[in-house]
Amino acid sequence: MSTQINAGTQLGTIGVDEVLGEGGEPNAPKKRSIEARRPSGKRIATRTMLNIAAAIVFVMSVFPVYWMVNMSFTPNDQIISRDPSFFPWSFTIQNYITAWTREAAQGQTDFPHALATSVTVTLGVLVATLLFAFLASIAVARFHFKGRRAFIVSVLIVQMIPGEAMMFTIYGMIDDWRLINTLLGLGIVYLASVIPFTIWTLRGFVAGVPADLEEAAMIDGCTKSQAFWKVTFPLLAPGLVATGIFAFIQSWNEFTMALLLMKGYNLTLPTWLNAFQSSSVSGSVNWGAVMAGSTLIAIPVVIFFLIVQGRMTGGLVAGAVKG
Amino acid sequence: MSDTATAARPTKTERRPADRPPVSRERRRARREARGAWTLLGPSLIILGVMVGYPAVLMVIQSFTDYTVKNKVLGTLPNFVWFENYIALFSESDFPAVLMRSLGLMVVLTILNMLLGILVAVLMTRLSRAWRIVVSVGLLLAWAMPPLTATVVWGWIFDTQYGVVNWALNTMTGTSDWTNHSWLLNPWSFFFVLTIIIVWQSVPFVAFTTYAALGQVPGEVLEAASLDGATGLKRFGLIVFPYLRSVLTVVLVLQIIWNLRIFTQVYALQSRGGIAAETNVLGTYLFRQGIGEFGTTAAIGVVMVVLLLTLSWGYVRSTLKEEEL
Repeated sequence: MSTQINAGTQLGTIGVDEVLGEGGEPNAPKKRSIEARRPSGKRIATRTMLNIAAAIVFVMSVFPVYWMVNMSFTPNDQIISRDPSFFPWSFTIQNYITAWTREAAQGQTDFPHALATSVTVTLGVLVATLLFAFLASIAVARFHFKGRRAFIVSVLIVQMIPGEAMMFTIYGMIDDWRLINTLLGLGIVYLASVIPFTIWTLRGFVAGVPADLEEAAMIDGCTKSQAFWKVTFPLLAPGLVATGIFAFIQSWNEFTMALLLMKGYNLTLPTWLNAFQSSSVSGSVNWGAVMAGSTLIAIPVVIFFLIVQGRMTGGLVAGAVKG
Repeated sequence: MSDTATAARPTKTERRPADRPPVSRERRRARREARGAWTLLGPSLIILGVMVGYPAVLMVIQSFTDYTVKNKVLGTLPNFVWFENYIALFSESDFPAVLMRSLGLMVVLTILNMLLGILVAVLMTRLSRAWRIVVSVGLLLAWAMPPLTATVVWGWIFDTQYGVVNWALNTMTGTSDWTNHSWLLNPWSFFFVLTIIIVWQSVPFVAFTTYAALGQVPGEVLEAASLDGATGLKRFGLIVFPYLRSVLTVVLVLQIIWNLRIFTQVYALQSRGGIAAETNVLGTYLFRQGIGEFGTTAAIGVVMVVLLLTLSWGYVRSTLKEEEL
């Protein structure tokens, strides 16, 4: 489902600003003027109903997140209880300490090592994908050449090929290269899965910076490369940050291929969490620690997600309505 | 490439009238530009070729052979079996059942996501600013949660012994009927929980996209319609909906694809106590085939790729049209 986040931007992810800003206002006054004609008792009733609906949507959305954080601060004996505690009255950070320091079984990984694995793979993928996709998007947006359209079409199609359908063929390849259970092997697989989307999005950003700006700088005496690095590149920085964050989120959340390619000591965070929670079948799991681990894994994603949300606007929504 | 370029140029300029040298300069420039472009595309092309193109071709070939892990270990060549893997897949395995289950689940999830998403979007247009911020923050949080983390938390909420849902149902009904009720053991209630998790995570995307599109509906048109006497639903169906259609079509196609590709949530719920054999969807079914029968797994993979590419064709086409390459 991490792809879901990605294609979100492709649709022109709607920023919080837009949602929170004046985006919806044009509609609101008219509604009000129509409602104003109704008897005011009915109007108040409608408003109350709407607000109740809004409250329900909010509670439904937030409850699981709240529950996770709540559990992560609740002592274990109160978690394993028939009467759930709705607020961590006996506040503790013991769960976080446990999640962090818990000794793994022989040959298994613990949280710090899984964190190190995830961070290494994610950062490696992030740097490589930004570099590769940046070069490709400049070629596509700034150069005219035969095969340009074909390349764009194939990027779009490749993006739609479900990588997980090829999991065993890819496993066979990675195995032939002796890269099973290595960070490099996993990193290459992730790289291939995020590159199409990154090229696609960056292409839009590069195309959005007018080439005239560069030409103007060149008339003022810059060389072509100076014009690029001093004029165009700074304007692209927000785009690089945004697409980089999406690549980060996707690699950080990826589960299927990590499950297939990584074993024992080399698990990434999601696979570590799954192993941690599924030992619960034997009843020995420390749920407070699982919730603390879940919270720790979610925090960077949520933070980055909110940053990107605020930054990216427009895109297909505007274009599609324009028709 | 550069060699052929320089070799070809003189003959061409000779044939051309002498008073048009700029053409050849232009052409040389175009060649240089093409060479530069392909150099820039190089790294991405290599990665995509090696990691997507090559395995895709390899998978199609493997799906027509009886390639197994034994061939891999012994280094022997597999036999070519034509369509045997496909025939066996559709006549002697669980695959048809899994395929139908996946498609059914996809239909239910897609309908729920679209309906609830549009409802929430419409709701947001009618709220005061403060309430709208509250709802958006909630939706964003749900959307941002990593899928696995979300599944772990929901799994705990529906936990057999200590789940808050069982507690709430007991409290509401005033009985202890729900004590130790297992939600994941029965396939139907397994899919009920799964549906809740996925809908919870997917509605924000539909809602935000629809909400943004709603903001693009020109106010004057709505005003005119209401002056002409169009009310609530009628106004939505006749005026707002046509404006939304292109956005909603893309969202719908994406929903169909994503809901067919679900893996993480199903797998994680299965490892918390679902019966895998009765709750597999395409992704988990393929995964649980394990490493060994490469011919069979390749055939499953080919069917999945063909299915998803067919379904996403509309999206690819409309995006290409939209983008004016």
